[in-house]
Amino acid sequence: MSDVTAIPELGAREDAAKAPRASTPADHALVQLTLTRFREFLREPEALFWVFIFPVLLAAGLGLAFRNRPADVLKIATVTPELAQSLRKDKLLDVQQLSQAAADQALRTGKVALLALPGANGAVVYRYDDTNPEGRTARMLADRAIQLAAGRVDPVPASDRLMREAGSRYIDFLIPGLLGMNLMGSAIWGMGFAIVDARRRKLMKRLIATPMPRHYYLLSFLLSRLIMLVVEVGFLLGFGVLIFKVPARGSLADLAVLCVVTSLSFGAIGLLIASRPQTIEAASGLMNLVMMPMWIVSGVFFSAQRFPDALQPVIRSLPLTAAIDALRANMLQGVGLIQLAPQLLVLAAWLVVCFPIALKLFRWR
Amino acid sequence: MPENTPAALRVRNLRKTYKDVVAVDGLDLEIRAGECFGLLGPNGAGKTTTIEICEGLTAPDSGEVEVLGMRWDSHAMELRQRLGIQLQETQLGDKVTVAETLRLFRSFFRCGPSPAEVIGLVQLEEKANSRVGGLSGGQKQRLALACALVGDPELLFLDEPTTGLDPQARRQLWDLIEQFKRQGRTILLTTHYMDEAEQLCDRVAIMDHGKVIALGTPRELIESIGVEHMVEFRAGAASPLQTAPLKQMEGVRNVRTEDGNVLMQVTALHRAVPALLQELNRQGVPLTELRTHSATLEDVFVTLTGRHLRDE
Repeated sequence: MSDVTAIPELGAREDAAKAPRASTPADHALVQLTLTRFREFLREPEALFWVFIFPVLLAAGLGLAFRNRPADVLKIATVTPELAQSLRKDKLLDVQQLSQAAADQALRTGKVALLALPGANGAVVYRYDDTNPEGRTARMLADRAIQLAAGRVDPVPASDRLMREAGSRYIDFLIPGLLGMNLMGSAIWGMGFAIVDARRRKLMKRLIATPMPRHYYLLSFLLSRLIMLVVEVGFLLGFGVLIFKVPARGSLADLAVLCVVTSLSFGAIGLLIASRPQTIEAASGLMNLVMMPMWIVSGVFFSAQRFPDALQPVIRSLPLTAAIDALRANMLQGVGLIQLAPQLLVLAAWLVVCFPIALKLFRWR
Repeated sequence: MPENTPAALRVRNLRKTYKDVVAVDGLDLEIRAGECFGLLGPNGAGKTTTIEICEGLTAPDSGEVEVLGMRWDSHAMELRQRLGIQLQETQLGDKVTVAETLRLFRSFFRCGPSPAEVIGLVQLEEKANSRVGGLSGGQKQRLALACALVGDPELLFLDEPTTGLDPQARRQLWDLIEQFKRQGRTILLTTHYMDEAEQLCDRVAIMDHGKVIALGTPRELIESIGVEHMVEFRAGAASPLQTAPLKQMEGVRNVRTEDGNVLMQVTALHRAVPALLQELNRQGVPLTELRTHSATLEDVFVTLTGRHLRDE
């Protein structure tokens, strides 16, 4: 390169001062920092998978595996056409008419729960295993079918009113649990990895060498988290409500408040975890150490009540337990915020304790 | 450089100790506005600690630092607006593009050129929309320089700006730094390349063990060791070479042996070389290699410390 090369003159400070560049709101440092957070997140395909796809896959898989099936039809066998005809009147029985040998074989191998055989003088003999609940149920259904077919009239008329309540299924229990787990994961991973990576790259040190106000850097995490929250929660809830018809009985505004408080609380924990480590490995270890116990005891996949009573006070004071309990109460029972004060207090306590400690410990280099 | 220009940077009796290592040991510096000043020294001499204290990133144990007439404890934000800083080994975010990175850095400063202008300045136009992760080492270094320039700084700190670059990329970066010099910016750079210091710096402070051991223009420093040339030769192994007679020759200042090479500091090349050939002939020792070069800052460092800049 020689002197001939056209160089934009940077040295002219007076010119820059005279004609300040038109700057748009998009050129505000906080906007630029937040945009950078988004770019770094959206350009990381793995992160997108863990935040959006994984919880939905998990919900779909578990929802299918534990779906509530209609009451099972019981398989039974008989050897005469007359008995078969009487038995087939009950829709809950799947009746096969077999030869004696085939029927014996079917009962022995468990292919049928009960064998109805003709006895002397029009009597019926039931062969079944009385230690098997299916056998006992089949005995009652088969006997009722045969007695009714033979002309029995029940003295008390009875009718059924079936109730299958949405909200009591496993998937209904699961979706708020996954939502809580997702809020925890995104806040802790999202903060932890980004901050520790910036420290490891000395990018953080480079940023504080500029006039960037330091609190903008942390605020940009908060802003991007809150914006992402809408997308993330919308995605998982939309999936649960539309596909699995999970009820959303509580007020959506309350649900939004719960999600924001949960995110802030876990954000503070994430910031605390990320305040010191210099390597991704160290941060990963810490994050797993913090999150793993909560995945297990906080009632994501099964009720936290299953743990011994002595442990309950500890479990209930964990932030994930509080978050999931509150989310479930809101979605499944439509409980309002006021009744959820204990859970909100637990979440707020974690926020109020962790955030100042994180700021105190935070290392910019 | 006129002697009466105001100081852009003044450092007095600076000390910094890390655990039991003394990184900076009573350092004084004064950098005039508009000059390019180099801190030259081997790794571990305390250059980075010194420059980071001047940048307000590290607190000294004791001593005074005055940057553009201000102090870090009272005018940190104002100073940050007016300084351009390139740190050693910063890895900018891989996933964001060159233009996005510069827009981010530009957003921190009150005034300065647009990101596009700075991209043009460091000649990264073709890479403006490429992600940082895909840039070569030289391009990354130029982007780091661009990040230091977005605030239109009065004083530019460059910490080892060309370390790890290939010769071509180094040349390119030198050209850029030369341009800033011509625009009248003050530059403080650290380097352990003596050619870089000679090429770019108006004045150089040679550092060793946290102290300035020599200070002056490259020319002054080289002249201070009193020799103009270095003669380096290797003798055949037929019979051992006697170095004592070499020291007696006219125009030879000093002779020492290093890894089988003989190094002579010479004031008059045209007298010393014929005399050397004659002496070798007399001793019957064959000559297998002979090199001469003008004295450099490296020779200054070797003369002052007995060590090389790059050896450690």
